[in-house]
Amino acid sequence: MINIVPPVFIYIAGALLIPLIRSRVLKQALVLLIPAIAFLNLLNMPHGTYWTFQFLDYELILGRVDKLSMVFAYVFVIMSFIGMVYAIHIKEYGQHVAALIYVGSTLGVVFAGDMFTLFVFWEIMAISSVFLVFYRKTKRSLDAGFRYILVHLFGGCILLGGIVIHAVTTGSIAFELFDFGTLAAKFILFGFLLNAAVPPLHAWLADAYPEGTITGSVFLTAFTTKSAVYVLLRGFPGVELLVWLGAIMALYGVVYAVLENDIRRLLAYHIVSQVGYMICGVGLGSEMAINGAAAHAFCHILYKSVLFMGMGAVIYVTGRSKMTDLQGRSLYKKMPITLALYMVGAFSISAVPLFNGFVSKTMVVAAAGYLNRPAIELMLHLASIGTFLHTGLKLPWGVWFGLKKGDEEEIEEAKEPPFNMLLAMGIAAGLCTLTGIYPKILYDILPYPVDFHPYAVGSVVAMLQMLVLTLAAFWLYIDKLGGEPKISIDTDWFYRIFGRGALWFCNRPLNAIRTMGQAVLSKNVVFVGKLSKHPYILIEMAWSSIQGKRISYQELIERPYNENSYRIPVGLGACAALIFLFLYGLIYMA
Amino acid sequence: MEKKLKIILYISIVATCILGFIFPNKHPHFWWQKIPVFDAVFGFVGCAVIILVSKWVGHAWLMKKEDYYD
Repeated sequence: MINIVPPVFIYIAGALLIPLIRSRVLKQALVLLIPAIAFLNLLNMPHGTYWTFQFLDYELILGRVDKLSMVFAYVFVIMSFIGMVYAIHIKEYGQHVAALIYVGSTLGVVFAGDMFTLFVFWEIMAISSVFLVFYRKTKRSLDAGFRYILVHLFGGCILLGGIVIHAVTTGSIAFELFDFGTLAAKFILFGFLLNAAVPPLHAWLADAYPEGTITGSVFLTAFTTKSAVYVLLRGFPGVELLVWLGAIMALYGVVYAVLENDIRRLLAYHIVSQVGYMICGVGLGSEMAINGAAAHAFCHILYKSVLFMGMGAVIYVTGRSKMTDLQGRSLYKKMPITLALYMVGAFSISAVPLFNGFVSKTMVVAAAGYLNRPAIELMLHLASIGTFLHTGLKLPWGVWFGLKKGDEEEIEEAKEPPFNMLLAMGIAAGLCTLTGIYPKILYDILPYPVDFHPYAVGSVVAMLQMLVLTLAAFWLYIDKLGGEPKISIDTDWFYRIFGRGALWFCNRPLNAIRTMGQAVLSKNVVFVGKLSKHPYILIEMAWSSIQGKRISYQELIERPYNENSYRIPVGLGACAALIFLFLYGLIYMA
Repeated sequence: MEKKLKIILYISIVATCILGFIFPNKHPHFWWQKIPVFDAVFGFVGCAVIILVSKWVGHAWLMKKEDYYD
């Protein structure tokens, strides 16, 4: 057997090697080689618990390998390869380093068997990923990146709090099923839900992902939220709260997607929506629901990457990211291949039969059916309509076609993106179709045995009915669905406006108190400084006030010091000496 | 072109609805899954509701000028 190492080390070692290599070709080879090695490594990893280290009284576990961790690990590694192909033309290798550390730490989270290890990788994930936003180097992306990292560090602190309480109360740091009733579990759940972008803790996602670099955002969409889904599946399956949060989340993203004008932000809201299905599956907690959540995470990573890569390609060649700047400009003539590949992703996310969304999303919805949850089933169904409406119809329509209102000019510089970008989209789109047509390869790696047949004729027909009639409604309201040059406020409003208020409070009232205090202090310091040059004036002042004369100390203190003005005649001293001598004589004689 | 697409759309609506009668859901969990054209109606109404409600909420409350935060 080949020696296996923790996958996180492969990525981090690779990331550290990149700056040492001078040749660009070798660098490119290396970033593609790393996922390939990691994949071979995964294939050779047997189930079990290994790579344990003793730390204080606790046991750190870097390798807890079972079916649940493996399904996530496979898709993460595959995704990192696709993302690297898409980004291979980037000359700023810092982006590759950040991406590799980000992917590596996510794999660290996936295989972590204890909470300390999990926390460390959790934080590395947040810190490395923010660079994929910063590298865009615009003011907006720097601002969004700072908000992103602050929110994640806040979530990390809450998670750490939960872990510490858990370790103190139970004496164990093992990462197993949590008892939802305890305080520690609630803290930990909060940290997990923040990374899963569950409203109202989701605003960081729609804020930062669209501001990331074109290639970096592709990585961002895959890892943070889905690793959060993984830890929720591990720690909190069957928590009723999650069922409702998930279903609401699925619809929440849809509502915002209707309003959105920024093409990647629209897709970001659909991540929120799609992760909603997974969270709902976690909450439902049955074997089928857990399988569904894991399968949907797997499929989601693939099709969402296609969608983000497609929109990234549009931004790459046109420099425009708003639907209002793209619609009605017949872009489909210039980039038909990108459009076709994007549509594969769009059909996948919309659960069109023969694409992978159909084999995973329907599993979660069916699980709601088996558990007799009518409201949840209908909510998820409704969200599914919204998904097709936006990602499958509105977005491609608005970006590549769109109603020509008159003054729109065709974008001259538009063309197909570089070959590697198309290739990455092609690989991902191919995998979406493959798992859609032949779901067994996915079902075989799921945590529980699968007894689910998506391609029952009845379900296919029902899905087709829904899709076709959604198309009809879209057609009916097509005039309403063009982009509007607006932004929509979301829950980040609270910290953005509050942040501004806090800044004002520091700048104005607090700063005014500080300057006042400083003025008083510095005045006194100056006075004491001058006084120390001739402290005798205090006596002079006291003397003159006894005499009833008013002398301003200002006048005294400003007067240059002259020792002669206080000098007493020598005779006075001699006289005093004589008097003392006389008195001494008297006492001595007596 | 648009006319042709419209005809295709109408044909697919009719075809999927007829198929719904021929292949009913064999394992319905809820009563509405027994209705052959339920998904068609739900798809149309649901889509219209999503568009109208979201746009209404957006215009009434959520949507702001692009420089709102600047």
